Amino acid sequence: MANVTLRNVRKTYTGGFEAIKGVNVDVADGQFCVLVGPSGCGKSTLLRMVAGLETVTGGEIDIGGRVVNQIEPADRDIAMVFQNYALYPHMSVYNNMAYGLRNRGMAEAEIKTRVEEAARVLELSAMLERKPRQLSGGQRQRVAMGRAIVRQPKVFLFDEPLSNLDAKLRIAMRVEIRKLQRRLNTTSIYVTHDQLEAMTLADILVVMNGGQVEQVGNPLAIYEKPATTFVASFIGAPPMNLMSTRPDEIKSQLDGAADEAGIVGIRPEDFAITDQTPAGGVALPLTVEAIERVGAETFVYGSREQEDQRVAATPGELPPGEVIVRIPGTDAPAIGQKIRVAAVRPKLHLFSGDGRTRIEA
Amino acid sequence: MVEDEGIRRYVAHFILWIGIAIVAFPVYIAIIASTQDNALIANGQMSLLPGGHFFEVYYQTIFVGTSGSTREPVGNMMLNSLVMALAIAIGKIAISIISAYAIVYFRFPFRMSIFWIIFITLMLPVEVRIYPTYKIVADLHMLDSYAGLSLPLIASATATLLFRQFFMTVPDELLEASRIDGAGPLRFFWDTLLPLSRTNMAALFVILFILGWNQYLWPLLITTRDDMQTIQVGIRKMITTTDALTEWPIVMATAVLAMLPPVFVVVAMQKLFVRGLVETEK
Amino acid sequence: MQKQAIFQSKLLPYALVAPQLAIVLIFFYWPALQAVIQSFLLQDAFGLSTSFVWFENYVELFKDPAYFAAVVRTFFFSFAIAISSLSFALLLAVMADKPLRGSMLYRTLLIWPYAVAPPVVGVLWIFMLHPSLGVISRYLRAAGVDWNPLLDGNQAAGLIILAAAWKQISYNFLFFLAGLQAIPKSVFEAAAIDGARPMRRFWTVTFPLLSPTIFFLLVVNIVYAFFDTFGIIDTMTRGGPGTSTVTLVYKVYSDGLLGGNLGSSAAQSVVLMIMVIVLTGIQFRFVERKVTY
Ligand SMILES: Nc1ncnc2c1ncn2[C@@H]1O[C@H](COP(=O)(O)OP(=O)(O)O)[C@@H](O)[C@H]1O
Ligand SMILES: [Mg+2]
Repeated sequence: MANVTLRNVRKTYTGGFEAIKGVNVDVADGQFCVLVGPSGCGKSTLLRMVAGLETVTGGEIDIGGRVVNQIEPADRDIAMVFQNYALYPHMSVYNNMAYGLRNRGMAEAEIKTRVEEAARVLELSAMLERKPRQLSGGQRQRVAMGRAIVRQPKVFLFDEPLSNLDAKLRIAMRVEIRKLQRRLNTTSIYVTHDQLEAMTLADILVVMNGGQVEQVGNPLAIYEKPATTFVASFIGAPPMNLMSTRPDEIKSQLDGAADEAGIVGIRPEDFAITDQTPAGGVALPLTVEAIERVGAETFVYGSREQEDQRVAATPGELPPGEVIVRIPGTDAPAIGQKIRVAAVRPKLHLFSGDGRTRIEA
Repeated sequence: MVEDEGIRRYVAHFILWIGIAIVAFPVYIAIIASTQDNALIANGQMSLLPGGHFFEVYYQTIFVGTSGSTREPVGNMMLNSLVMALAIAIGKIAISIISAYAIVYFRFPFRMSIFWIIFITLMLPVEVRIYPTYKIVADLHMLDSYAGLSLPLIASATATLLFRQFFMTVPDELLEASRIDGAGPLRFFWDTLLPLSRTNMAALFVILFILGWNQYLWPLLITTRDDMQTIQVGIRKMITTTDALTEWPIVMATAVLAMLPPVFVVVAMQKLFVRGLVETEK
Repeated sequence: MQKQAIFQSKLLPYALVAPQLAIVLIFFYWPALQAVIQSFLLQDAFGLSTSFVWFENYVELFKDPAYFAAVVRTFFFSFAIAISSLSFALLLAVMADKPLRGSMLYRTLLIWPYAVAPPVVGVLWIFMLHPSLGVISRYLRAAGVDWNPLLDGNQAAGLIILAAAWKQISYNFLFFLAGLQAIPKSVFEAAAIDGARPMRRFWTVTFPLLSPTIFFLLVVNIVYAFFDTFGIIDTMTRGGPGTSTVTLVYKVYSDGLLGGNLGSSAAQSVVLMIMVIVLTGIQFRFVERKVTY
């Protein structure tokens, strides 16, 4: 059991590429921390630094009150689950789990109890003698989990452990992992690019972009108050509608507090199709371009007359001029129809013109 | 396809059987000759059907040898060939796999220079530097020794390149997982890399064993004592004497015995053999 | 070229490369260097003094008609062996690539001669075609051929080529079959639908698609003919009659046996080295080296 603290951690690869540009994160004992961000933003790099697989070129990594920068991975008391599982192909399931324990000189009897206990929890008991290639993807994933938990480490590290599974299995395993972590109460750091996975798993969510932390906090808090336009569009699906406040059409509707704001964001679910204009809120005329009915809800894609002028373009964002509206049920306007949508003042997210600062009205 | 049916199919079978006959005929003749009486053969009246001297000829070949010049039991020659072939195959695999491991899994000064030094040896077979090599081996007092027979033939890069190529395909995560599991470089090599290389080692072993067993020029030069002769050298010495004295049934029995181990390996371990052949030529 | 995940260690990697490095340096580089140095030196008749003579040994070598003849002969043998063996092997491979019953058996029955050593190949063939006792010679004589490869240089050369090509059939067959199996069957089917008859299909589709394999095998066969024929020649003809089957490698060997001119022998070795390096270079440069099986 331990907390993990990253203090101004930096990583410059030998080629000179700066992958991590100063990261500060504090994961308390027993917490489940998720690093989320688009591919290439440095999540794996950061995790691998915690594991000791990459050298730390700046700052400090602290596990359980001990700075581990110079400590070998085996001596950090961590366990890791890899994206491709990295099971030893020539060893049985049992030996895959036992290997790390044997290397530490643990008695065979103790190893046996631990492996069998882990196998029971992970429902692998019947497969202990099989080789990894004789297992399904989900079973391999569980062996990788088992290899981590038999060690009873201070910290679990996961690098996109579910991304090689099909969608259904991914959801099932997600729940499994969370239950397991709650039970063991082991501090965990989990890397994913899937914001839904991140939201559902995290006690503490770290949103990363371009080697930097955009926002740290409780997932719902982040959802409700994204600190930057990047976070706003990355967390939540479909993404938040971000619009420039410049067109008078919008500007005139906002009250004084929003004067410094350059961008206004509205989540699709916060719009309603209505002719009213809520005081201090925003109302937009749209032409319906496309409709997606998924059963419980319907997404309406509309285009605005006025072209949006914003410059920033971050992943997950809508193209300029396009607005998504989410409405419950299956009743929807027809394609080509002109509609009017509006959001109330408390549902507006205001950001500075460069999208880097959130403005509280 | 339709046209692969009917007459064309029979043509294909026919051509293949012709090919097999051409390939097998010389060996058939050798086997037949090794069961016959020498006088008959020397008169050019050899029968194309098996004779009745099988046990007698093979007994003499393996345990006694020719009555002529060399008079070395072929059994002993086979033993020499076996030791040489095993030494070449095992020695080459052993030194190659560890040097490939160093080159792929470590970063150290002169790494690339060392790689190139080893790589260049790929280009030159022992035949082109035969006498200088002979001189070295003589200076090291290795003539007529198993070390002299095998060491110069171990000095080549094929196996190193093969292992290097294979190691590059082993996922990095395996090493990382091992490190987290507390394995150092030697333990990772022994516990993980070596078991994963098993098929490659076996395929390579098959090829190297055959190549080693079939070596000729080098053993010819550096063995002077009859009891150090390999079977390939021995068979040639049997027909050095004037034709009339050549004991053909024994020569042919020796030829059959010389073919037996490598042919057996090819047929019995065909998959590994094919794999090894294709891999080493890459 | 290099893994991302590596170990840190100062001495271990050197310890790991040391055995191979030692063997390569002692048994490869040192002799090769000796050969190169030796080829620039001239030793007097009694071996008492040596002098540096620049390229004199090479000049002498190329002025020697016997050497020149050996060069020509070696290349002639190489091409003759390569072409005859390759064409026969290709024919067999094309047949074996058809969906025939027992095609695995055919493969097994065709590949084993790979394992027969060159001197044994020599013994097998000289026995069958021996002028006085060979089982085939009987029929040749009966057919009126004046068959005596031990006296007739051309017949001897033919015999060497025949035996060497025979040995190489299995190797070529194996690689051709691999090459053929790597070509998607749909390509042939498309050609058939496009109206190409089998023969035409072979020359317009199969052959071009196989050309990387053919070129690869051509180089391998030439190198084979340079070196591995030694055992065949030594057991069949010992280079004779006269010098009519002396190849470059055989000449290095037999000149060396006679002792005598060290410088010339070294120069021969160096020329041979250069030829092999050029051949290997060609192979590396032009051959698509991924022959898939
Ligand atoms: N060994 C390396 N050398 C140089 N650059 C690297 C190396 N590994 C990763 N990078 C770069 O660092 C950035 C972050 O990579 P990574 O941490 O793997 O991202 P991800 O968030 O997708 O896991 C990427 O731009 C990647 O190209
Ligand atoms: Mg990653």
